[in-house]
Amino acid sequence: MEIILYSIATLGALGLIYGLGLAFASKKFHVEIDPKIEKINEILPGANCGACGHPGCFAYAEAIAAGKDEINKCAPGGEEVAKKIADIMGMKATSVERKIAVIHCQSGGNNNTFFRYEYQGIPTCKAAVLVAKGPNLCNYGCVFQNDCIEACSFDAIHLNENGMRIVDPDKCTACGACVKACPRDLIELVPISKQVHILCSSHDKGAEARKRCGNNTACIGCGLCVKKCPVDAIELKDGLAVINYEKCINCGLCATVCPTKAIVDPLAGKRKKAVIIEDKCIGCTLCAKKCPVDAISGEIKKAHKVDPDKCIGCEICYQVCPKKAIEMQ
Amino acid sequence: MEFISKIFALAVAAIFVQNFVLMRFLGLCPYIGVSKKLDSALGMGMAVIFVMTMASTFTWLIQTYLLIPLKIDFLQTIAFILTIASLVQLVEMIIQKTAPSLHKALGVYLPLITTNCAVLGVAILNINNKLSFIEAILNGLFAGVGFTLVLVLMAGIREKLDKAEIPKAMKGMPIAMIVAGCMALAFLGFSGLKI
Repeated sequence: MEIILYSIATLGALGLIYGLGLAFASKKFHVEIDPKIEKINEILPGANCGACGHPGCFAYAEAIAAGKDEINKCAPGGEEVAKKIADIMGMKATSVERKIAVIHCQSGGNNNTFFRYEYQGIPTCKAAVLVAKGPNLCNYGCVFQNDCIEACSFDAIHLNENGMRIVDPDKCTACGACVKACPRDLIELVPISKQVHILCSSHDKGAEARKRCGNNTACIGCGLCVKKCPVDAIELKDGLAVINYEKCINCGLCATVCPTKAIVDPLAGKRKKAVIIEDKCIGCTLCAKKCPVDAISGEIKKAHKVDPDKCIGCEICYQVCPKKAIEMQ
Repeated sequence: MEFISKIFALAVAAIFVQNFVLMRFLGLCPYIGVSKKLDSALGMGMAVIFVMTMASTFTWLIQTYLLIPLKIDFLQTIAFILTIASLVQLVEMIIQKTAPSLHKALGVYLPLITTNCAVLGVAILNINNKLSFIEAILNGLFAGVGFTLVLVLMAGIREKLDKAEIPKAMKGMPIAMIVAGCMALAFLGFSGLKI
């Protein structure tokens, strides 16, 4: 009986002493944690998926609270989570823009490919590219064994009548499976609003690239688009022009100068033209200075005018106008 | 003089001959888990040295002046674990306050010292080997030093392994296990030491 009492008393006393000691220590070594971090962490899905680029949801919450990262990077949480975080941070929610896969090659169909030999091996792209640099003449282009279609679990890539792979923008979830599957790295995930693409991945020299492309739309690395781009979004990388989609404003100027039609602009001819509302215009000349094609003219402190023939509908002036005097029509 | 030679023997035994990780196979979880980076391994080692020394001190006192006089030494395990857990909590608070980056690097392994068998092991071995108070404290310190030594060696090797050309299937954990085995074999050589 005594032993039981001693046991209880001893362990109880030990527990009590340690507890009090820790309580004192936690006051003494108290670390102030931003309450926002806790709140944001609760809102985040807690999947620790890493899509935001942080090792876990808590690390992302810390980065947001410290103002080091955007609030819209949570892919599983999407717009809803971004909005809730925006409430906590007192910011405006900018929703995450959906991305889709873009295949940077216009060749690889039944009648627009030049062949080196007839491939009869294992029907996968990965095997085909290993046999004498692949069956198609272009060393960078699509080898049309359709690994990307195989990899897509959302049925978002289809073949058209010419045997070309077409990405269905409605079904594509930008999961990246096709990007990994393509042995020639032709596929890139691009924000859905960006519609002007350089559909070629050839690093060959101009003449060579042209000769090898069955679609005759190879990028020859001439650099005209680089010079023309009003926002410096295009860069020549080892003889291939590449669009930086973070900078691209979708104006389509590059497509108009591309001599080989390697740049495709589905919006060509469909863009709205800028129109200046004369009553609102204060003649600050900002728009005229920013216009990449010099379509805006006018004197200081007088209403400006847009030349509709020159305007390419890039919307730069629309965005810079401090008085909202420009409309896209 | 006799005391110093005894302490020296204790140190050699705890650090090399009876190394807790490689000879007694205690505390393998942090040995594999925290040995990816040299600086976090060093931080973990320091934390373990501190906890082991403190744990040796407190558990020896509790055993000698509380459990034995009351004849309740069957409560040894639970009383020791309670002590170690509280100490680890204390260490965690101190590290979080003074070195937040170290706290992050150690991550989950810091609270895991709580249930680290090496710490409980040293506390119980102190009692079983009938060490005196001073010897028990020093044994705890040396055991921690031995643990840190092995952890830092392992981290150094693994940092080099990251850059080495290793077959894909062996990358990461498998090669770490093999390295651990080789290190244990190397430490087996110390068991011939007699002081």
